[in-house]
Amino acid sequence: MEISNINKKKIRESLKEDKRLDGRKPEDFRKIEIETGISKNAEGSARVKIGDTEVIAGIKVDVSEPYPDHEDEGTMITTLELLPLSSSRFEYGPPRIEAIEIARIIDRVIRESGFIDFKKLCIKKGEKVYTVLIDLYTLNDDGNLIDAGCIAAVEALKSAKMPKYDEKTEKIKFGEFSSKSLPLNERVPVTITSYKIGDKIVVDTTREEEDSSTSRISFGLTDSKKGDDIIISSLQKGGEGTFTQEEISKIIDLTVRKFKDIQKETEGVE
Amino acid sequence: MISEKKQTEEKEKKVREIAVPGETIVSGKDYLPGDGTRREGENIVANKFGLVDISGRLIKLIPLSGVYMPRMGNVVIGRIENITFKGWIMDINAPYSAFLQVAECPRFIKGDLKDYYNIGDMLSCEVISVKNSGIDLTIKGRGLGKLEGGIITKINSNKVPRVIGREGSMIKLIKENTKCNIVVGQNGIVWISGDKVEDEIKAREAIEFVVGKSFIDGLTEKVKEWFENKPLKKIVKKTEGKK
Amino acid sequence: MAYTKRYDGRKFDETRKMEAKVGIIKNANGSAMFRFGDTIAIASVYGPRPLHPQHLQNPQKGILRCNYDMISFSVGERIRPGPSRRSQEISKITEWALSSVVDLDAYPNTVVDVHIEILQANASTRCAGINAAAIALAQAGISMKELVTSVSIGKIDKTLVVDVDKTEEDYEEGEGATDIAMSFKSASGELSHLQLDGKIKEDELREAIKVGRDACKKIYEVQKKALKDMGE
Repeated sequence: MEISNINKKKIRESLKEDKRLDGRKPEDFRKIEIETGISKNAEGSARVKIGDTEVIAGIKVDVSEPYPDHEDEGTMITTLELLPLSSSRFEYGPPRIEAIEIARIIDRVIRESGFIDFKKLCIKKGEKVYTVLIDLYTLNDDGNLIDAGCIAAVEALKSAKMPKYDEKTEKIKFGEFSSKSLPLNERVPVTITSYKIGDKIVVDTTREEEDSSTSRISFGLTDSKKGDDIIISSLQKGGEGTFTQEEISKIIDLTVRKFKDIQKETEGVE
Repeated sequence: MISEKKQTEEKEKKVREIAVPGETIVSGKDYLPGDGTRREGENIVANKFGLVDISGRLIKLIPLSGVYMPRMGNVVIGRIENITFKGWIMDINAPYSAFLQVAECPRFIKGDLKDYYNIGDMLSCEVISVKNSGIDLTIKGRGLGKLEGGIITKINSNKVPRVIGREGSMIKLIKENTKCNIVVGQNGIVWISGDKVEDEIKAREAIEFVVGKSFIDGLTEKVKEWFENKPLKKIVKKTEGKK
Repeated sequence: MAYTKRYDGRKFDETRKMEAKVGIIKNANGSAMFRFGDTIAIASVYGPRPLHPQHLQNPQKGILRCNYDMISFSVGERIRPGPSRRSQEISKITEWALSSVVDLDAYPNTVVDVHIEILQANASTRCAGINAAAIALAQAGISMKELVTSVSIGKIDKTLVVDVDKTEEDYEEGEGATDIAMSFKSASGELSHLQLDGKIKEDELREAIKVGRDACKKIYEVQKKALKDMGE
């Protein structure tokens, strides 16, 4: 059943007093649970739960040709499937724009943050490089798929081991892993997605909250953990509604605070 | 470990048998197959997954889960999903959509139907007929009609009797402790309305507690205890997000 | 050399370690996980619900729609996400395997959707998928005459083995490997699915089906326990 006018109204009215229907404050995240190593055949994998939202990510590594303008760098592809298994809202068939957009948001923040050292994924300049394939799937949808998906992708990357490479055939030995991790650095990317409901800004939204909103904005952030400034490395505004400049400025503050929280929560996950 | 085992044994004594599809529940020609069961020779066999209920010779299965199946006379809460010339098409959380004809409204309807009830509005309705082609609803009757304010929540429709309790005792207990007005649709859609959203959340949590614990005997006592021990802000702890 | 001993120490009539759990996906009307060793399938059921577009509706009975899919990283070499010819065939086979027990007459004009995802694969994925789907359907409260249990029987060289894994599937010595996937109605023992890939003699096939039926009785116990545990 789709959201009722009753709940839409209640969500808006309660937010005027900074209350949410599950008892949270506008800036609170739900409980985050992370599990890695969920699929033996993937180079890396993770399952992330935020409240009732559940997303899995898997990493596969293959070899391919580099892009002509980046001859000495590996490549990366991110996909997301909104599985019909995970919600009656999702239908069987080729990915829709909703899935494509989320995958591209996550792809951009990982790429632009510099988290993966693509230069170290070069096998032979101009001819052969490693391709990192990040595949995301939803298992249960209760909102905030972007942030859940990004955490899952990052945790799967952190847990991944490079596959074995046969120098003679120049091919991957599928299913055989080395002890080497992926060339990652400290610039761990995080997305924080805020929704505007009425004139209130809310993070980690539930499905019903998202259905009560007409605009969202996702920030992709990273820092080097050496006391440097936090860098905003990707941004996407979605929905037909708009934000005032003051609202954007407030969201930037909120995003930075939440970024630090998420960083703490995901630290030390192996 | 021993005490745990003992506990499970005691629990097993209290709970009724659960049958899976195709499983023989009892043998004997004296027994009669009721809802969710069939006869195969001497045996009464389960036709679905559920709790075995034996009353005298009659064997039936009480479903534990699954989609709400509408029955005549049920009071349900539905959402308007479309409007035609003749009335409103409603989602009542069932395998079929339902129809509310203009003639089934207690008031005189003139002009645009959406000025009365619009898409997304929630109505408490009574099922007046169930056919293969669809379900017909009415809002003529006491307590029926458009719901205003409050919150809507959804529970497993099979647990509705538990939430209502014997002669309405459970729902009365929840209403009294939360000062909320509550309508529990047979289809598992629940409307809760109180003065403060905190009260509505508390009522919803109490209902979720009852739904989650429906196999324990003395549930009313447990719910009383829950209300006594429940600090107002427990929900915040649940969502703090730290391990 | 004849296949006189299974490489992983299992008895010929022994499945890999099985595990089943019901109620794993909150949004679904019914859901379950079923596991044979490293092969993990999850299934969810939505419905019976209104079927759109209307011209697909059958006024005499409901429609069962199955969708089998492998997660891209469930195997060594990545599978491109989305349907393939293989997954579409298995979806149809699964639909037939389950339709035989589901009482669709009870739900005219509706659809019951069954979605199966293979999280991790080491052969016998369609069997794990059917076993998961059967208990997910039961949890969804769908009228069913009985459950469906599924297993793959292998003929490795000359030996019949229960629950083939990838290593056995790839066996090349002697007569090589023959893979026979089959599903039985849990109580009556009727076959609702049968597929074979390889080379086998008539009598061996008859024997394989018997071996399969015996194995499925054990699988049924695992399914039954998962449902009963969920109920409590």
